[in-house]
Amino acid sequence: MSLSQAVLNQDRLALSRLLTRIENDSAEGRAALDELFPHTGNAHLIGITGAPGTGKSTLVNQLALYYRKAEKRVAIVAVDPSSPFTGGAVLGDRVRMRDLSGDKNVFIRSMASRGSLGGLAQTTAAVVQVFDAAGFDVILIETVGAGQAEVDIAKLAHTTLVVEAPGLGDDIQAIKAGILEIADVLVVNKADRPGVENTERALKGMLELAHPAKRVFQHHGQQMVVEASETPEAESPIWIPVVKRTVAKDGTGIDELGEAIEKHLAFLRTGGEWAARERAQLQSTFDALIRETLFKRFLDDLSAEGYQELISKMVERSLSPWSAVQSLLNGSEE
Amino acid sequence: MVAGNIRVLVAKPGLDGHDRGAKVVARALRDAGMEVIYTGLRQTPEMIAEAALQEDVDIIGLSILSGAHMALVPRILELVKANGQDDLKLFLGGIIPDEDIAPLKEMGVTGVYGPGASTEDIIADVRASVQKTA
Repeated sequence: MSLSQAVLNQDRLALSRLLTRIENDSAEGRAALDELFPHTGNAHLIGITGAPGTGKSTLVNQLALYYRKAEKRVAIVAVDPSSPFTGGAVLGDRVRMRDLSGDKNVFIRSMASRGSLGGLAQTTAAVVQVFDAAGFDVILIETVGAGQAEVDIAKLAHTTLVVEAPGLGDDIQAIKAGILEIADVLVVNKADRPGVENTERALKGMLELAHPAKRVFQHHGQQMVVEASETPEAESPIWIPVVKRTVAKDGTGIDELGEAIEKHLAFLRTGGEWAARERAQLQSTFDALIRETLFKRFLDDLSAEGYQELISKMVERSLSPWSAVQSLLNGSEE
Repeated sequence: MVAGNIRVLVAKPGLDGHDRGAKVVARALRDAGMEVIYTGLRQTPEMIAEAALQEDVDIIGLSILSGAHMALVPRILELVKANGQDDLKLFLGGIIPDEDIAPLKEMGVTGVYGPGASTEDIIADVRASVQKTA
């Protein structure tokens, strides 16, 4: 039986082995991905990002328990950074997820970022596709501890959670571009700590700038006023991110957070947003593959010496990087 | 020879709470370019075998200071085999009496490291034992 067929039959060892082959970008892995692709597109992909130490892994543990109560099969993909010097990594997210062991309907896979900078590994999207094809209902994707610009997760996930904790920054951080903009749900974790009101206020203030509290529009000739609410309705035409408080350590606020995520899912499903996100996600996968494949093809066409020679010429300033690329495109090494 | 990075599961089964040694080994293997999945304290054999399956690791490193190694190691090896991971290797660190080393190796343990073992030896042994599985 082929590896992909075994994965479709819920063989957990085959699933695990296939994930390794995909991480290593092997031909067998790519072939299996091809076969599994028609079976993808059903899972709800939830991204969890935020600074190191805000409690992402503990929150993922709690969310997995939340979805298990609803009998959903849960996969977790947890990405931690690889060393830029040795390529090694310590993947420690499982330490916070011990509540989930022994449950055959939860599958946790740790990934090293392997040089990728956007908060995910290059093959994370492919790994997620395998889980999707294997019939997991919910896939929780935990990024590398993110700073301000690691926003790849928003292109992959249907619902993105940005996790904050009290005491990490003032309201100037809250109006900067980047990671806060990608949130569908903002989570203030460690909400039992002092300063939680300030963090929450700064985040809500930021949201109000983007989505003014009262919105007035004409509906059947009448003027309608929509108040900003804590829990936007699934039927509303745009999604206004919500701020939720949690204490992931003891589970406080997890049910409310889960409900907010479910509302977002309902919003995606009822509007055209689900299809739009699927499209954007596939486009970004496609773009990345084109980049990677063309890069490889150019390098294959070029001998190692030829490549080094081009770089030497750049060092001597006799050839610019731009004209080197032009000459490659024209099919010559000169 | 394993394709891609060597993946190692570092785990502490049983009830003793000293994971300094396990962390030093995890760090050393990381610096040797391996991907180390660290699972933390007080793992049951079932939890360790489950993690090894999900992470598709090449080798498991156990730290045991409690004296329970002659019970824990065979149980973990048995569970791993039952999961179908026949070529998975296992090494052991901690306080292991000399007379236990031979029977442990008989069970298939690739290396036993006591206090004062050099991380360089551990790294070299891990590389060697994983490559044997061709």
